[in-house]
Amino acid sequence: MDVMTWTYIFVGLTFSLYIGIAIWAKAASTKEFYVAGTGVSPLANGLATAADWMSAASFIGMAGIISFVGRDGSVYLMGWTGGYVLLALLLAPYLRKFGQFTVPDFIGTRYYSNVARVVAVICAIFVSFTYVAGQMRGVGVVFSRFLEVPIEMGVVIGMAIVFFYAVLGGMKGITYTQVAQYCVLIFAFMVPAFFISSMMTGNPIPQLGFGGTLVDNPDMYLLDKLDQLSTDLGFNEYTNGTKSTIDVFCITAALMLGTAGLPHVIIRFFTVPKVRDARKSAGYALLFIAILYTTAPAIAVFARTNLLQEVPNVSYEKQPEWVKTWENTGLIAWVDKNDDGVVQYGPGKAFAGKPTFKANESGEDERGTHGQREVTNAPTENSNELYIDRDIMVLANPEIAGLPNWVVALVAAGGLAAALSTAAGLLLVISVSVSHDLMKKTINPNISEKQELMYARVAAAFAVIIAGLFGIYPPGFVAQVVAFAFGLAAASFFPAIILGIFSKRVNKEGALAGMIVGILVTASYIIYFKFINKGADNAEHWFMGISPAGFGTLGMLLNVVVTVAVSKFTAPPPEDVQQLVEDIRIPKGAGEAHDH
Amino acid sequence: MTDEPAGPEDGNFGTKETIKTEAIDNKAHLQAYWRRNLKYLSILLSIWFVVSYLCAIIFADALNEVTFGGFKLGFWFGHQGSIYVFVVLIWVYVHLMNKLDKEFGLDEGE
Repeated sequence: MDVMTWTYIFVGLTFSLYIGIAIWAKAASTKEFYVAGTGVSPLANGLATAADWMSAASFIGMAGIISFVGRDGSVYLMGWTGGYVLLALLLAPYLRKFGQFTVPDFIGTRYYSNVARVVAVICAIFVSFTYVAGQMRGVGVVFSRFLEVPIEMGVVIGMAIVFFYAVLGGMKGITYTQVAQYCVLIFAFMVPAFFISSMMTGNPIPQLGFGGTLVDNPDMYLLDKLDQLSTDLGFNEYTNGTKSTIDVFCITAALMLGTAGLPHVIIRFFTVPKVRDARKSAGYALLFIAILYTTAPAIAVFARTNLLQEVPNVSYEKQPEWVKTWENTGLIAWVDKNDDGVVQYGPGKAFAGKPTFKANESGEDERGTHGQREVTNAPTENSNELYIDRDIMVLANPEIAGLPNWVVALVAAGGLAAALSTAAGLLLVISVSVSHDLMKKTINPNISEKQELMYARVAAAFAVIIAGLFGIYPPGFVAQVVAFAFGLAAASFFPAIILGIFSKRVNKEGALAGMIVGILVTASYIIYFKFINKGADNAEHWFMGISPAGFGTLGMLLNVVVTVAVSKFTAPPPEDVQQLVEDIRIPKGAGEAHDH
Repeated sequence: MTDEPAGPEDGNFGTKETIKTEAIDNKAHLQAYWRRNLKYLSILLSIWFVVSYLCAIIFADALNEVTFGGFKLGFWFGHQGSIYVFVVLIWVYVHLMNKLDKEFGLDEGE
């Protein structure tokens, strides 16, 4: 059977499974809709959190990025896992004991202020929309590439599925579909990795394989081979970094702190029955995440080695089949700068921007003398002739390694599971923020449970549609604003929550001042370098050599300093708030705490 | 891993009665619990900091001089080792806190 038939089978099967679960897990009350009735077992919550967390970017993008940046890729690997240690030790148990539904709930209550609550709601909605746009796009891209339907159609199908289980089932539906989605995505990620690791190193465990020796040369370590291939072509050694230490430090910290402050992750810890279940779910979640996150760097090495071995200095006609397949999808492009018919690959960009291909009037590609697709982009001065989109490293890896068709198709189903599960979690945050934090807690506290549930469903429906529109008409700034999501979460939520738990003295004035300063400074820095003065976005102009992606770390520190200083000079929080802080520090009685 | 919450129904250490009679000590009791929690946190987070920020970032170049198997150590910490340690840290914390809760009679029972 061909790849497309297999893909239809896998995608059809997994989608029916998700819909089946959604019908089974329909939410009947706001408590079920918001926190799945706090009846989720730690194991199920760990699985769901892992799927919630691992997005299209983790599944498709991360290994690709790492394979192009080498050791510096550790910022993502550590940044997106180390945050869970903070989450488990500093946030999850206490927020579960606090026991309401959302992060703005905690901020609003702990800082006895509706203004603080609204600031938190705005941040939560902004962060979630930023994120969700990328997911819907990811769904569309997978559909278009593997099933050859237009991206728009793919997005609409994805929307329909998410709409079904998010609007109907709320958190309950989402939780159990995410459990299924984790299983699908991890299976799809691991199977090709096992195959490739065995083929290249003789060791099926990718985590060990990429530190092993080559099958065709038992005296040569794979990583040494890759370092050698890299330097031969003029790249840096794969196992050495090129970014400055302070920048790597700050980006890692910003990603960790941001991860621990992301509302769609935190909200998952409200769904378990007890405080100790919250701790344990964090343990399971990171364990399940680590399976993918320790495999991704191995895949990056396998893919990079294959690429550097097979493609450079080989004539276009003799390029492996996958190069031509992916050239046809526009994700690989070749400009023969020196007219020798041979593909030269090296550091630097072959041309500016993404490739735009020449086509004749009837829409057919114009092909060059060797049969390659011609691009209209102006070539750069350097000798690199090859454009490769980083995203294909995971998607094309099974083809590169010559794996069977069903494995290739499996990857498509896995990518969809990763994108859909994250999208659903984010949409829920948006929906709860609107119905609970804004309607129930701020605008009209008198609405009935039934009305609130209705608002939640309507908000979820609207959010799905807006997210879909973002997917079909992607705003050009999506890539840039991802730095925002983490930077803002790090500079706003993280300090406000941590200080709210670990200090009884921090008060409303301090937290508000801290959050506002943290957000403004971080946002201004990112906006300046990403939108206003793009030309200056380099180490020379950065403050202390810290890139916009890492600036959230400084924003976080600033927030803490301002919060503590302002709190010192203003009145301590009222007695009942101090009592609340005492109370959330103790696990006993989590069952009662969420009644409100 | 001990994941089944199979504790017996009568497993409550701090019964209502003892808490009432020792109401004055209660505050000190809770403070002692909190201090122990903070001690665990500072130890575990120090390890967290050492493996990620020191081993994988600040001293990565120096550690890269050391190899085991095909891995350079600094590279390995960044791409593998720190993640394994993170997982272990959380499970150690889960274990320590469950024990601490029991010891102080603050576990939630069933």
